Amino acid sequence: MTVQLQPPFRYVGKKRRVREDRRFVAGGGHYAADLVLAGMLHCAPVQSEHPAARIVAIDASAALALPGVHAVLTGAQLAAASEPLMNGANTPLVVRYPLAVGQVRYAGEWVAMVVAETRALAEDARELVQVEYEQLPFVTDGEAAMVEGAPLVHPPHGSNVLLDRHFFWGPVEERFAAAPRKLAYRVRWARSSTVPLETFAVTAQWDASQDVLDVWASIQMPKFPDQIARSLRLPGNAVRVHYDVDVGGSYGVKRGIKHAVLVGHLARALGRPVRLVEDRLENMTGGDMQGPERVFDVELAYDDDGRVHAMKMRALDNVGAYAGRSPFQLGKPIGAIVGPYAIEAVEYHALAVASNKTPQEAVRGFGQAPTNYALETGIDKVAAALGLDRLEVRRRNFIRAEQFPYLIPSGTTYDSGNYHGLLEKTVAVADLFAERDALRAQGLLAGVGIASCLEPSGGNSSFEPLLNPMNRTTTWMESCRIHVDALGGITAAMHTTTSGQAHETLVSVAVAEVMEIPPERIRVIRPDSLASLPSNSPVGSRMAIMLGGAAVRAAQKLRAQLLAIAAHDLGVSPLELRYSEGDVHAADGRKLTWQELVVIAHREYFRLPPGVEPGLSASSIYMVPTGGELPKDDKVQMYPCHSFEFHYILVAMDRVLCRPQIRRYIIGHDCGQVISPDVVKGMTLGGIAHGIGAALLEEFSIDAQTGQPTAASFMDYLLPSAHEVPPVEIVHQTTRSPLTVFGQKGSGESGYLGSPAAIAGAINDALAPHGVRVDQLPMRPALLSDLLEGTHA
Amino acid sequence: MKPAPFEYIRAETVLQAQEWLAADPEARVIAGGQTLMPMLAMRLVRPTRVIDIAGIAGLDEIAVTADHVTLGAMVRQVAVERSAALAQALPLLSKAIRFVGHPPTRRRGTIGGSVANADPAAEIALVAMTLGAEVLTTADAFAARDFFLAPMTTALPAGAMVTGLRFPRVAAARRGTGFAEVAMRQGDYAMAAAACELVLGAGGEVPSLRLGIGGATPVPVLLDLAAPTRDAVAAALAPLEMMHDPNAGAGYRRRAALALAMQALDEAQREVMA
Amino acid sequence: MKLALNVNGTDRVLELEDRTSLLDALRDGVGLKGTHAGCEHGVCGTCTVLLDGEAVRSCLILAAQAEGHAVTTIEGVTPGPGELSIVQDSFVETHGMQCGYCTPGMVLAAVALLRDNPAPTRDEIVEAISGNLCRCTGYGQIVEAIALAAERLQRSNTP
Repeated sequence: MTVQLQPPFRYVGKKRRVREDRRFVAGGGHYAADLVLAGMLHCAPVQSEHPAARIVAIDASAALALPGVHAVLTGAQLAAASEPLMNGANTPLVVRYPLAVGQVRYAGEWVAMVVAETRALAEDARELVQVEYEQLPFVTDGEAAMVEGAPLVHPPHGSNVLLDRHFFWGPVEERFAAAPRKLAYRVRWARSSTVPLETFAVTAQWDASQDVLDVWASIQMPKFPDQIARSLRLPGNAVRVHYDVDVGGSYGVKRGIKHAVLVGHLARALGRPVRLVEDRLENMTGGDMQGPERVFDVELAYDDDGRVHAMKMRALDNVGAYAGRSPFQLGKPIGAIVGPYAIEAVEYHALAVASNKTPQEAVRGFGQAPTNYALETGIDKVAAALGLDRLEVRRRNFIRAEQFPYLIPSGTTYDSGNYHGLLEKTVAVADLFAERDALRAQGLLAGVGIASCLEPSGGNSSFEPLLNPMNRTTTWMESCRIHVDALGGITAAMHTTTSGQAHETLVSVAVAEVMEIPPERIRVIRPDSLASLPSNSPVGSRMAIMLGGAAVRAAQKLRAQLLAIAAHDLGVSPLELRYSEGDVHAADGRKLTWQELVVIAHREYFRLPPGVEPGLSASSIYMVPTGGELPKDDKVQMYPCHSFEFHYILVAMDRVLCRPQIRRYIIGHDCGQVISPDVVKGMTLGGIAHGIGAALLEEFSIDAQTGQPTAASFMDYLLPSAHEVPPVEIVHQTTRSPLTVFGQKGSGESGYLGSPAAIAGAINDALAPHGVRVDQLPMRPALLSDLLEGTHA
Repeated sequence: MKPAPFEYIRAETVLQAQEWLAADPEARVIAGGQTLMPMLAMRLVRPTRVIDIAGIAGLDEIAVTADHVTLGAMVRQVAVERSAALAQALPLLSKAIRFVGHPPTRRRGTIGGSVANADPAAEIALVAMTLGAEVLTTADAFAARDFFLAPMTTALPAGAMVTGLRFPRVAAARRGTGFAEVAMRQGDYAMAAAACELVLGAGGEVPSLRLGIGGATPVPVLLDLAAPTRDAVAAALAPLEMMHDPNAGAGYRRRAALALAMQALDEAQREVMA
Repeated sequence: MKLALNVNGTDRVLELEDRTSLLDALRDGVGLKGTHAGCEHGVCGTCTVLLDGEAVRSCLILAAQAEGHAVTTIEGVTPGPGELSIVQDSFVETHGMQCGYCTPGMVLAAVALLRDNPAPTRDEIVEAISGNLCRCTGYGQIVEAIALAAERLQRSNTP
């Protein structure tokens, strides 16, 4: 059990500049595509033009004949030299390599990789690679893919269903039988993604005299070096991933394992450094970075007061052509399947279905935002069915503050929360219903949107053994190592990449708080993977909790070392000493300063306690505070901490043009003890903007007739611009987690988890007086207008 | 995303550009490049030569005379936005130019490039059509209605290039203009757009109303209006073919065109009254 | 082709293919890595540089088209090693960035705006950066940064 540091804090929660910003604002970030190595070669993939086809033959002779072209690697060649990529689900016959082997399974799939002296030349050469295809039947719709007789994406697997798990938590049928009211509905979450502005980039170099593969990659990927090594049949210590690369945004998707395996293989085979920087078209079609695509069928059993007692949810996710870890995005939401509501029993049917579409990758929230959208839609529907205020229905269903820690039916205990408190505080900011009515009086369509959601944070991987019993991994750690040099300087190491979450600032503040030394005096580094302790990378909204926890633990160990040295030197018990700002004070007024202690540790061995090793260094490999039990009876503790966000927004639109404008955006946010206020604010605003995209603009649409993507560039996949994102008013509440070092919870996914639900709710409130509603995203203007027109036809 | 190889050459005169174009049917003109560059990068066009006309003297001039307003092909969109003379002489264009792309693309994008590209959503083409402008080319001058044939297709003869746009100047005691469009995001290609100019002559004669539609139709259209009423606009839109894409179907575009036309008309009327 | 580019006040002669964009010329020819590629088709604004003081997309300009013009990159508005301009410092003060990838383009868009318009309204700031996409911040702290920079610049110009 973590011993929690209590406020008041010196540095935690205080306004402070984010140290990473200083280099970024001067153009001094070091991104993977910035690296230049002598003799470096460049890649361009040959992409499939068909959604499904047998590869009959690949003729690369004309491409290879171009001067400056070094190689054209095919899937068959790579498969012979590597192991398949990791499968998350228990689907051994769904085999995936970085390049298609024998068959292409989606339009845009990488079929071959051209390597040349320059990127432009590689693009010239790829046009000369002749691939002969024999087209096969294909299926792109998830539900159609489940129908008997549908074309099989992976025939050896025998079905397109990659995951089919049915859970029953609590007395579902009894509650449904007893409930006076029931409703059923369907919502659709379209395929979108996080779409960072930096595409995926990786450079690899094989050092044949040391047998080491150096990799610089824009990644946010747990166990990345291990996966490369395994696939390339190398020992784990023969892959050195450089974590000091700055990553140009990820929010989940920068996994890049296929890219790294490809480039690692090429670097070894060619004896030259090889770089692959996806261009935007390659990224959006063949970069395997698209997100969940869900159809939810939900039934709720509730009473006349609007209390929801039980839920049945079927979530069907069209994961695309390969599995990877994407089916697990149906698993994480199990840890908050009832949201902030005291729903007593849940039936959950998780279905991951393969289709001839681009494979999915992890997206901010790992499946939680779509699930929240489905649940919030239901709460709104309960209110509508009873003619009740939507706020009131939420108040009646919220778990009450005094009920925490609160065990939900699926096995997770929520750590802490005060949902009623934050709701009241947020709605007190403005009467959006009155503002809505004023807009309606002007002839506009206007609606208020409400969403109350949890952000499970501090990520473990408990959903993996829950969904795939073959997987027994429950260890999910983060690490920090602190070193004090002989001049007294403190250097703290973190052991993963970072993609904009200000982890260096986090570590410096956490260490500073314990050491009582200003954060500015603490250097934070990111050594390479061979010099690193175990990490699981910044996924699952975990780093404030996990990296913060590791940094505090390591600093506490260092502090104990200092006290032990001082106690020996002063001849007193450590318990009689007081640590203050680096110095150690004895009760009798004697003290040892930081510099004196450093000198003893580094230079004056004769003053060290017997058996104590020289130097000052400490590390922590910190485990998720709720531990790592295997699932039992289909239940498991998922993430330890649960942040809460309450969205309260106002949307208006013209009756015909129907372009939704967000007039007010108020969000109540509670992530426990805030460590870096500006960072948390940025995460929340960015998450809201991402949710605006998912709700209104973004979709990896596809032409069902041809299986071709119709949104493959920034011209047709629309990210919100500054015009589309309104000013956001944030209301803070601090409900500390009892589980973490400062009482903090996660905030890396905040905003996004509820904004699509809130926007959908607001639009439906605007449509409601006209007798129509929409239960699919994105809600494009034409869709809304056409629906309204239908009522008048 | 790199272009296929080409040769880059700079023309110093219109004549030189014309000769190079005539000599090589695969050559392309680059003006501001804001549309051509993405097409090159995606290899949707693969010219042998790219002829830069930015250095041709005089092509970036804006000339306001008693009868005409003439804009050279190389007049940057930002120059229109900043021109006090145009705000006075051609207020509809000044108004519409702010809907073209975003500030950085307007700084490079040109009048001629937009006209030659003939995107159905292009605001400049819509204003040209609405005000009855002529497209000046090395081959001939074309009335806007004869120039824009289909999406991304114009009457520009092979080997010719657009050299400018000439608007008639209509004397007016009072003038009102309106411009309105709807796009997925502000600054995106319009799903529908409307441009309107309402002119009251000095003699108190019947006001002249010009109302054009863009974005919704394959090429911009000057509506043939019986009266400045909603029914008349709807009737004028009725026979027009509307485009459709994954964002918006023909039905939406028709309704949006009507709504935006009424907004633009309303704005113009308010300006005249003011 | 041989090109003479003026970048951050220095004339440089580069040997480039005709098809080279200004973006690639800056990154690979001049070696200035602060200008980033986002989409290479003119939508995201990540590659924004100043051309004769005006914000433009360097992926939509051939290097050859920039000959005879003054090109300014993020390195060119940074006063010196470890130093920040008022605009840059304002971005740091409000944390107007996260991953830093769009940041150089945002800063340059802000520099161009504030040169023409020393006291922009919120709407004018939004319009000026509307062609620069940011996926991290939701723009809020970027707008705050530019407003703060405007305020500071005005004060710094007041005797």
